[in-house]
This record gives sequence, C-alpha cells and structure tokens, in this order.
Amino acid sequence: MIWLTWRQFRGAAAMTAVFLVLLIALLALTGPDLASRYTTGIAACALDDGCDRFFDLFFDQFQLQFTALSALVLALPAFLGLFWGAPLITRELEAGTHLLVWSQGVTRGRWLAVKLGLIGLVAVGAACVCGFAVTWWSQPLDRSAFPELGQMTPLVFGARGIVPMGYAAFAFVLGVTIGMLVRRTLPAMALTLAVFVAIQFAMPMLVRPHLMPPVTSTHELSRTNVGSINVQRDGGGTVRLGIKPAVPGQSGAWVLSSALIDPSGKVVSVGDEPAPVPVSGTSGPCAPQAQPSQENCLGAVNALGYRQLASYHPLDRFWPFQWIETGIYAVLTLGLTWFSFWWIRRRLS
Amino acid sequence: MTPVLQAQGLGKRYGRRWALRECTIDIPTGHVVGLVGPNGAGKTTLLKLASGQLEPSEGDIKVLGGRPASTLPKVGFVAQDTPVYAGLTIADHLRMGARLNQKWDATMARERIAQLGLDPNRRARKLSGGERAQLALTLGLAKRPELLILDEPVASLDPLARREFLQGLMEATAADEFSVVLSSHLVADLERVCDFLLVLVDSTVLVAGEVETLLATHHRLTGPRRDPDRMPAGQQVISARHTDRQSTYVIRTEEAVLDPAWAVSRLTLEDLVLAYMERRPVSGRRTDLEVLR
Repeated sequence: MIWLTWRQFRGAAAMTAVFLVLLIALLALTGPDLASRYTTGIAACALDDGCDRFFDLFFDQFQLQFTALSALVLALPAFLGLFWGAPLITRELEAGTHLLVWSQGVTRGRWLAVKLGLIGLVAVGAACVCGFAVTWWSQPLDRSAFPELGQMTPLVFGARGIVPMGYAAFAFVLGVTIGMLVRRTLPAMALTLAVFVAIQFAMPMLVRPHLMPPVTSTHELSRTNVGSINVQRDGGGTVRLGIKPAVPGQSGAWVLSSALIDPSGKVVSVGDEPAPVPVSGTSGPCAPQAQPSQENCLGAVNALGYRQLASYHPLDRFWPFQWIETGIYAVLTLGLTWFSFWWIRRRLS
Repeated sequence: MTPVLQAQGLGKRYGRRWALRECTIDIPTGHVVGLVGPNGAGKTTLLKLASGQLEPSEGDIKVLGGRPASTLPKVGFVAQDTPVYAGLTIADHLRMGARLNQKWDATMARERIAQLGLDPNRRARKLSGGERAQLALTLGLAKRPELLILDEPVASLDPLARREFLQGLMEATAADEFSVVLSSHLVADLERVCDFLLVLVDSTVLVAGEVETLLATHHRLTGPRRDPDRMPAGQQVISARHTDRQSTYVIRTEEAVLDPAWAVSRLTLEDLVLAYMERRPVSGRRTDLEVLR
C-alpha cells in the first residue's frame, strides 16, 4: 500500500521538492547577507541613537520580499489542500479506479490510512521546511518591522514557527474530506479553497484574539504611538493627534485596539482618526513655528493628562499562541480524519 | 458446501430510489454464473454489494459464507468498464496486485501478460479497450480468488476482443476451480461461458438455475389458439402470444409435453431469457406512466 501511495504521489512530491529546494537555495544565498547588513546597521546606529530610523529604512528596503515570503508560507497549505487533498479520492472516483483498488486484499480503511498518513506527513513536512526557512530568513526583518507587520500580527504570525504545519495538515485533510463529499475534482478544489480561506480569515479575526485575555494598559504619548500631529492654521490653531496601533516598549506586539483618552479616562478617538486636544496651536511647543518640537508638543499633551489606551498581545506570547493554535488545528484535523474514515466505510461506494 | 452467493431480501437505496429490492438468491459453488438483465435492472448494484463495495440498505448478503467486507481477500472483482490506473504501467499494476494481496500468483500474472503479447512497460493509458480489460482480468485472476466477479466486462469491447476476453476467462476457469459471476445485458455473451443463469429485471430475480436444466424444462409450444387457463396444471406459462387462430406459449414443466395438438420446440438461451423479460412484472414505475398518460 505504501508502495502504491508513493507510486501515485511521487510526481507531485517531486514537484514540491524542487520548489522547496529552489526556495531554500534562494533564502540561503540571500539570508546571511541580510543578517550581516542588519548587524552592521545596528552597530552603526547605536553610536548616534538613530536606530528607529535605521529600522524603518532597512525594513522598507526589504518589505516586498518580506511580504511575499510570508504570503507564500500562508498560501502553501491552501495549495496542498487543493492539489493533494481534494483530488485524492475524487480522482479515483472519476476514473472508477476506486473499484479496482478497493477490491484488492486491503480494506478501504487501510487504504485511506496509508494515503492520509503518508501524504499528510509529507504535507506537514513541506510546510515545516518552508515555514522555518522563511522564519530564519526573516529574523532581522522581524526585529525591525513596522508595528503593522509585527511578529504577532495576523499576516506574519501565521507564516512563522510551527502553525504552518497545523494549517497544512488541516488543509490536506479538509481537501480529502470535501473530495469525498463532493465526489468531483474541480468543485471539490473550489470548495476546499473557499472553506480554507474562510477559516484562515475567521481564525485571526474571531478566535485568536481570545486565546488569552489581551493586555490593556495606558501609555504616555510618544513618537512610537502617535502617528500624526496636525495643526490647523485657519481654525484657530486646533491641534489634532492621530494614534498608531503600536505600544511603546512592545515591538512585535499585536495591537487589537489603540485609542486616545482624555484626563478623565474618556475615549476621545479610536485608531488613527485625528482628534483635537486642548493645547494651543498658535504659540507654545505645538505651534508650527517651533520647529524641532514634536517631543515638546507631545510632552505638553501628556502634561494635560492625555494618554494612549491600548489593548494588545505582547510578543512574549508568540510561542504560547503558536502552540495553542497548532493544537486547535491538530484537533480539527483529527476530527475531519475521524469523519473521513467513518464516511469511507459507511457511505462511499 | 457453502453457497458462493446468498442473499435474503437484499435491497439498496440511493436517496429515495431503490436500485435493488427484495432480492433473494442462492448460488451454489463451482459455477460460471451469468447475470443477465436489461440496463438499469440492478446488476451492477448487486455485484457491488457482493464485492463489498456497497453496504446493503436492507436485507442480508453472504459471499462464500461470510460478509462481503470480510471475504474481500477471497473475491476478485473486475468492475464495469474495467478501470485501471492510466498513469501506471502494466508492470506497476502487477506490482500493486502483489503488494495489496496476501495470495498473489506473480508468475501466472506475468505469463498471462506475456501470452497476450503486452509490453509490461506500457502505460495503461495507451492500451486499447480489449487490452485494458485483459489487464483487469489478469489482476482479478492472479489474486487466486475463490469467486471472481465481473461486471459487464465485455460491454464496451469489439466482437474480436470480446471473444478473446471470454476465451481467456474460460481457459482460466478450466485450469483452476473457482466460481465466476459475470453480468451482461447480452445473452449471446454469456451463452458460450455460463452454466448457471440468473435473470434480473427491475431489481427482481425472475429465474435462476443451471443452464442445462433450464433448457431441458422450458419448451415452446405452437398450435391452435388456446386460452392460458386451459393449460394443464403442471405447465407454468412464461409467455404467451396469440394470433386469431394460433397460440405460441413458452412454458416451464418438469414433465414431457404429450398433447399432440402442440408442436414442441426447444428454446435457445436467448429465447428463454427474452420470454422471461416479456413477462416482466408490472412495476410501480410503469403503472405511474400509464396513469399519467
């Protein structure tokens, strides 16, 4: 059975292996250079205290590659579900060969066990290799990323560490199960894609924020968490502040909400919507004439008692979250596996 | 001896449609059984149930004395249209058979492929319909089954390939002792190979028995017009045709027909099957149509 599985699967496996080898070669060639640029940059910026600027420049330079690689790791499980999972049974049903193979001396339960086990394992392996290679390559960029692309944020979190393996296992079994139910290859592939994408959106939007209670805290306003300071010249010099989804001292965190609150603790504005604060825009530190004064202006606003109220998941939750989420997908995978065994014995001819 | 195939009130439903209903059969071992019936009569369903590919919705089926799923290693199954893996070579298929079956006659399989003049390295996609059927038959035979089930194996073959396939099957049954169940919607295919006949129409078994016995007990009577109720009690009327002055009956009887008014002639297997099919029970579907009209 293992031989037959391998014989039918080796083409797809070889193609994926070629792709992974190319990817790893590319990452291995460019990774060390990226890392050394980062270390020399850090050494240089530490002297003149300009590391924030260096981070921004450095990340900006490689943002395209960074995003593309993360997207690749996120997309790989979907591909595995689509091209390995969904056709696994529909191809047999469409060619009628299920009648050939299921009437040999092995039961169809065993047939499914070997198919799911072997190909599932390769799928998880592929996701593991791809995920860890990208995680390794992205290390310098993860340390210097914009707050919107911190390691805990949805786009990046799902493309790092061990969760890609969970996604791959789940997507594969999902494809097999949908294939069994739909019985035709193309509709099964389309449905697998739709369901998997929906789940991948639902997870960070609905489930992941509640895996642990988020940290809620207030912070003084600073360059880290204030995105914009506007002074309206004709409106009597009203000063408006826009808040960024970033928390001082918590780089890499996933900020769920970030708001400006007034001295009484009332929320003035949520997110980057600029909100007026009662400081003078015509004289004093916030006046446009006082040029190098961003810090002074924010100091004046802080002195009035204005603060940022943020709720977030800090970076040190990265590994707990990775394990919990991988566990959730493992349970889903086992559930679908159980269902597929039940269905293949009971309902499928 | 345990019967090779035994069914009690067997039925299979797909959604609301019954593909097979109240099927009760008992086939003794050691026969080449022809399962004949029109398309859609439930032949494929019955054979899939017998090979463990389907679970019955009602009733009970036993193959070689056990449940089909448990007797799978002893049953060879060649499905309709003889499916094989298009991307695999003939040698790959034989290797698959060797890997997936406890009892596998590799020598026989290899020799059979060589006898057919097939190159083991050819991919199944490149085989003709007849060659593909032969490959599927080889896979079924090399399993050394106690029962070989073939579902319409020759339906899509040209006459020459048809004859070669059946020839191969006959040689195999002559060489080894195993039972065969073979379905077809054409009696002519079965006539040469079968010694047991099962006629399935509208999911009901109309007649089952050894071909010799069936042919010996069925007669065609032709003579002056006579009403069916005036036939003797020992003569079961299978079909009747009347013109103004003449009647033609197909009857089943254990006794000799002595009435001198009749011209008695023997039936061919095909005549016999057709006589039963004409008599097909008035099914629900049919009456519904009548009412609708």
